[in-house]
Amino acid sequence: MTIKPLLQVKNLKTSFFTDDGEVPAVEDISFNVYPGEIVGIVGESGSGKSVTSLSIMGLLPNPPGKVTGGEIYLNGKNILQFNEKQMRRVRGNELAMIFQEPMTSLNPLFTIGNQLMEAVLIHNKWPKKKAYDRAVEMLRLVGLPRHEELMNAYPHELSGGMRQRVMIAMALICNPKVLIADEPTTALDVTIQAQILQLIKEINEKLKTAVLLITHDLGVVAEVCERVIVMYAGKIVEEGDVHTIFQNPQHPYTKGLLQSIPDIRKKEKRLYSIPGTVPKPGSVKKGCRFYSRCNVRMPRCLHDQPPYYTTEENHKVRCWLVEKEGEEREQSTITTSQ
Amino acid sequence: MSSQPLLQVNDLRKEFPIKGGVFGREIGTVQAVNGISFTVNKGETFSLVGESGCGKSTTGKLLLRLHEPTGGEVLFEGENIYTFSKEKMRKTRRDMQMVFQDPFASLNPRHTIEKILTEPLIVHGIGTKEERKEKVEHILDVVGMRKEHKKRYPHQFSGGQRQRIGIARALMTNPKLIVADEPVSALDVSIQSQVLNLMKDLQQEFELTYIFISHDLGVVRYISDRIGVMYLGHMVELSDSEELYREPLHPYTKTLLSAVPIADPTVKRERIEIKGDLPSPSNPPSGCVFHTRCNACMDICKVEKPKMKQFRPGHYVACHLYND
Ligand SMILES: Nc1ncnc2c1ncn2[C@@H]1O[C@H](COP(=O)(O)OP(=O)(O)OP(=O)(O)O)[C@@H](O)[C@H]1O
Ligand SMILES: Nc1ncnc2c1ncn2[C@@H]1O[C@H](COP(=O)(O)OP(=O)(O)O)[C@@H](O)[C@H]1O
Ligand code: SF4
Ligand code: SF4
Ligand SMILES: [Mg+2]
Ligand SMILES: [Mg+2]
Repeated sequence: MTIKPLLQVKNLKTSFFTDDGEVPAVEDISFNVYPGEIVGIVGESGSGKSVTSLSIMGLLPNPPGKVTGGEIYLNGKNILQFNEKQMRRVRGNELAMIFQEPMTSLNPLFTIGNQLMEAVLIHNKWPKKKAYDRAVEMLRLVGLPRHEELMNAYPHELSGGMRQRVMIAMALICNPKVLIADEPTTALDVTIQAQILQLIKEINEKLKTAVLLITHDLGVVAEVCERVIVMYAGKIVEEGDVHTIFQNPQHPYTKGLLQSIPDIRKKEKRLYSIPGTVPKPGSVKKGCRFYSRCNVRMPRCLHDQPPYYTTEENHKVRCWLVEKEGEEREQSTITTSQ
Repeated sequence: MSSQPLLQVNDLRKEFPIKGGVFGREIGTVQAVNGISFTVNKGETFSLVGESGCGKSTTGKLLLRLHEPTGGEVLFEGENIYTFSKEKMRKTRRDMQMVFQDPFASLNPRHTIEKILTEPLIVHGIGTKEERKEKVEHILDVVGMRKEHKKRYPHQFSGGQRQRIGIARALMTNPKLIVADEPVSALDVSIQSQVLNLMKDLQQEFELTYIFISHDLGVVRYISDRIGVMYLGHMVELSDSEELYREPLHPYTKTLLSAVPIADPTVKRERIEIKGDLPSPSNPPSGCVFHTRCNACMDICKVEKPKMKQFRPGHYVACHLYND
């Protein structure tokens, strides 16, 4: 592919420095986001999804958090080397983020209009009228009714779904190239979630904003994402296009996760469940992090960290099994061609 | 059915006062539960579903008399628990236990697991010291934990393990009924399926009856025998679980089911749009409570509240579309 990624995360390593020493939260993760696509990051709680997004945004609580390695390129520039002032220019402008709980990111003391206009005026020397018009335009774009009234409303006067729409309006007000949405619908009811996901899809189509959608919900991923990244205990274990990940998952963790979801389309006799629990960050010193829960583990998995394998174009898997298959496939190709 | 239902709920109501102003005076009321009726049979799982604020938790608490109702009755094995004396209610509590959503908040952080699990036995004066000890170890084993765990404190466990402890605590008194309010909502999928399977096994083993409260319709299909769908304090549909998923009747149930994302990118579904926001429970709409958001709304819906009617054996719906 010749298209350049908009956002490129390379060997990112982020740790927390606590009383127990350095606790790695994200270890050596790499992925790209291309213009106009919707990429999902899935993983269970504590797998490092939010730490990844905060590292990209430069919003990691520091201390105790710190990016200890890697590079993050936005449009070819390594933003990890930016100072706070440069980062502030990037945030909200080229890179925007929405969070799980819209209430915590809206200021209860200011009106919606005030906060939306503020978000434009940070980055643009515009007359107030122009900023006001832009704010109203954004409210319309995210499907909120009664714009003029809403501009004067305070956050607590809105429902959860409306607040999340306001957050999306605010994130998009300066036309960012990449929108990072960290569990944007987790706090919402399903009917409202459906509306917000629809909105994110529409925005992606209309404005060509690339979206990095972070969620623990595989249903949400299947519904909106084109590409999926699966994280487990601070590492990416599998990556591929959404059809590959859901129909032909290769990593035992991805397979287990997909099987664990109770299907709303049929009554299941018994749910599959992955035994055990996610290891504490930093507790697995060698070998595969999924070893303790893996139902197809092999002796070598305990000692050797599996490499990140590329099986087909754009399908990557961190598991020794894939290497074996790869070898076999190669050998059989040789035999048949001879 | 000849045998008596374990639980019979008749026209149950709960209003909460809304306090406001400088003097904290009552300025209105919230109709959290507004006249709901259903029965629950022994050994079944009856689920309450609906969106945030529709009154699921309030109903759950009313069933255990953790709230006093504004009206209606709850018959437990044929007797109205709201007429019970304090003492009789205390004794009955042995038979009805609750499991909460947030396993951490519901376990005392300063108590060991052993103390947490023994407490219900002491409260109800069950067993000798030796017997209690044995029971703790047995129940820990039943929920898939090791007996060494009893010396530890809640914070030393993961979310899934804490939920197992919450379930263990509910099981200590050999209850007949367990009200589980979003017991797996705080858990990751891989852990959620462990806990759901555990709950199913325990139901078999101990002949438990569950009231299962959840907003996750996938989880609900897996666990339920029958389901009540709630909206704004009302029960709008009640049915056998499989029939509800196969053929939902109420426009709200249809909307809800169509909104659930499915973990399969090949399905493209027709989604039923829902208009507007959830009305305030302190000022519910006239007539049918769903009429402000219903796309099948008729004139009558705005003025007359639809009654719950049996549409098919065991399948009830409160909607004017099903009046003949
Ligand atoms: N103690 C209380 N005082 C006042 N209002 C209350 C109280 N408990 C519940 N309510 C109100 O009653 C209504 C029903 O609440 P309830 O907690 O039963 O909803 P729910 O269906 O369990 O929602 P969720 O899915 O968010 O848990 C809501 O409007 C709520 O604000
Ligand atoms: N402020 C913090 N201090 C210490 N550890 C943290 C902090 N924030 C996150 N972590 C740890 O980093 C790991 C990844 O967390 P996070 O990215 O929030 O997970 P999630 O995938 O659920 O978003 C977890 O082990 C978490 O405990
Ligand atoms: S590397 Fe080994 S332990 Fe890890 S997922 Fe693959 S088979 Fe399982
Ligand atoms: S009674 Fe009328 S408004 Fe209510 S759900 Fe039925 S059709 Fe819709
Ligand atoms: Mg997170
Ligand atoms: Mg509740």
